[in-house]
Amino acid sequence: MTISTSAVSSLASEKSSFSDLMQETFALTRRLFLQLARRPSTLVAGILQPLIWLVLFGALFSNAPEGLLPGGMSYGRFLGAGVIVFTAFSGALNAGLPVMFDREFGFLNRLLVAPLCSRNSIVFASVIYITTISLLQSLAIMGTASLLGYGWPGPAGLILVCFTLLLLVFAVTALSLGLAFALPGHIELIAVIFVANLPLLFASTALAPLSFMPSWLAWLAAINPLTFAIEPIRAAYAGPLDLDIVLIHAPYGDVRGFDCLIVLTLLTIGLFLLIGPLLNRKLA
Amino acid sequence: MPLIELKELEKSYGAVKALRGLNLNVPKGSLFGLLGPNGSGKTTTLRIICTLLAPDSGQVQVVGLNALKKAREVRRAIGYVAQDVAIDKILTGRELLKLQGDLYHLSPVYRDQRIEELISRLVMSDWIDRRCGSYSGGMRRRIDLASGLLHQPQLLILDEPTVGLDIESRSTIWQLLLELKNKGTTILLSSHYLEEIEALADQMAIIDEGRVIAEGSPKNLKEKLGGDRVTLRVREFSDENEAKKISKLLETIEGVRQVVINQLQGFSLNLVVDDESVLKCIREKLASADLKIFALSQSRPSLDDVYLQATGRTLMDAELELVGQRDMKLESKNAMR
Repeated sequence: MTISTSAVSSLASEKSSFSDLMQETFALTRRLFLQLARRPSTLVAGILQPLIWLVLFGALFSNAPEGLLPGGMSYGRFLGAGVIVFTAFSGALNAGLPVMFDREFGFLNRLLVAPLCSRNSIVFASVIYITTISLLQSLAIMGTASLLGYGWPGPAGLILVCFTLLLLVFAVTALSLGLAFALPGHIELIAVIFVANLPLLFASTALAPLSFMPSWLAWLAAINPLTFAIEPIRAAYAGPLDLDIVLIHAPYGDVRGFDCLIVLTLLTIGLFLLIGPLLNRKLA
Repeated sequence: MPLIELKELEKSYGAVKALRGLNLNVPKGSLFGLLGPNGSGKTTTLRIICTLLAPDSGQVQVVGLNALKKAREVRRAIGYVAQDVAIDKILTGRELLKLQGDLYHLSPVYRDQRIEELISRLVMSDWIDRRCGSYSGGMRRRIDLASGLLHQPQLLILDEPTVGLDIESRSTIWQLLLELKNKGTTILLSSHYLEEIEALADQMAIIDEGRVIAEGSPKNLKEKLGGDRVTLRVREFSDENEAKKISKLLETIEGVRQVVINQLQGFSLNLVVDDESVLKCIREKLASADLKIFALSQSRPSLDDVYLQATGRTLMDAELELVGQRDMKLESKNAMR
């Protein structure tokens, strides 16, 4: 068999394009981590805030009447899954901020004037950075929850927790990056983050089960993506892993564990497809 | 063959027309100065050449490539030093240069070697490992210049490279630019400092209201104007009536080509005269009208005279006029991606 010269050179060029992409993505990711190492306050605050939620809310409702929560679990254990998801969600929602500051201060122009192999490397770097940070923060919360006696998922459960969080973080990061390019400045982005953060938490099953909510709120919570992340994680903490069982008794019907993951996957893909044209236009 | 060829460029930001059919040719190996007041379209032109901005219409040929289609190849060939230094305050200068090297896909060994060369050439060793947030304006401009030069571009583009800099930093940058030019790098720089263009550029274009209105070497442009420039004051601050009276008087002298009343400089009179001998006639004419001379100076035409001739106003007047018209908020929004 003979390989044509053009095929060899095309292979070499593909290889070189890939290594160029790796080099630029690594360099951009490294920059974000260097910033974090020198200004760790956001990381610390990102762990402290959910920790306070966990301790204070856990204490506040520790005497909740028996039978209020499904399976008779303690409120701390119930809350744990919600706070883990809230941690990852808040972290990912902030993903757009560094990009927005780069836009505002003109650093993005420095990147755009360079012969980047693909300008998607700017997005890849943000996704890698935020995913790592969100997972680290979530693991810190899981560790603390475990120390407080709220349990620890088994190995299979841990994989499910990480997988669910990854899906949620990807989806929310896509949303935040889209906003970072669509909104005029960081004030507007922070306003959106501020407005979205807590209402989405309250209108989910993070703090209370659906059965505890008035029907209008139960509807909202049953279509809230956070609920689709919280319930599989709660199931991972509850015992042997079974994604075929019904996790959400929603007003519109029962939702199994698998369904939750499918919804999150579709949401992630949908959001990346949605922001794709915007990113292409802004980074063209 | 020109290294940059711009044809009929048009660019608008909403209702504001930044470029109105701009044409420009930058010869290979030249140090080309783009002179014009703030807001005349210099930065927009440079941003289009650097592929940061697409024109509404027109052709952009850079290093022999269509910059609108082969943007990545063009980016590889150019180094861009922007007007507002975009710098990551958290990184050290060395880390910033490493990042820049990686974005241009330099091998780590070559990248580090170039960084060392530039640290030494731009005298940055004392502060290169400090965070950029602590740098002065001059340091920032040097690190930015180093970023633009790291990959040894064949074309270096600088937008107002020495604006607001101390004399030492300005001199370091000027020396480096002349050195680069002598080594064959083509340099395009924009400036609204006449002395900068005068000191550096071997070719230049005057840009006004989004068009190139004069082009050539600074020497030729000045020579083409001809005549000498005379500034006359009969007292430190005259009034308009007196200035008009004297202007009429001077216009009758043979050899006086033009008399302009400069309101901004206390109604002094700016004259264009054939040669030095006309000064004697001016003195005699004023003496016969019983007018004393407070100050009289004569000079060869300057680039400001070239600008005045082409636009009907001095560069300073144009600056002042445009300052009131500019919407900085809109411009900053337009600069954002």
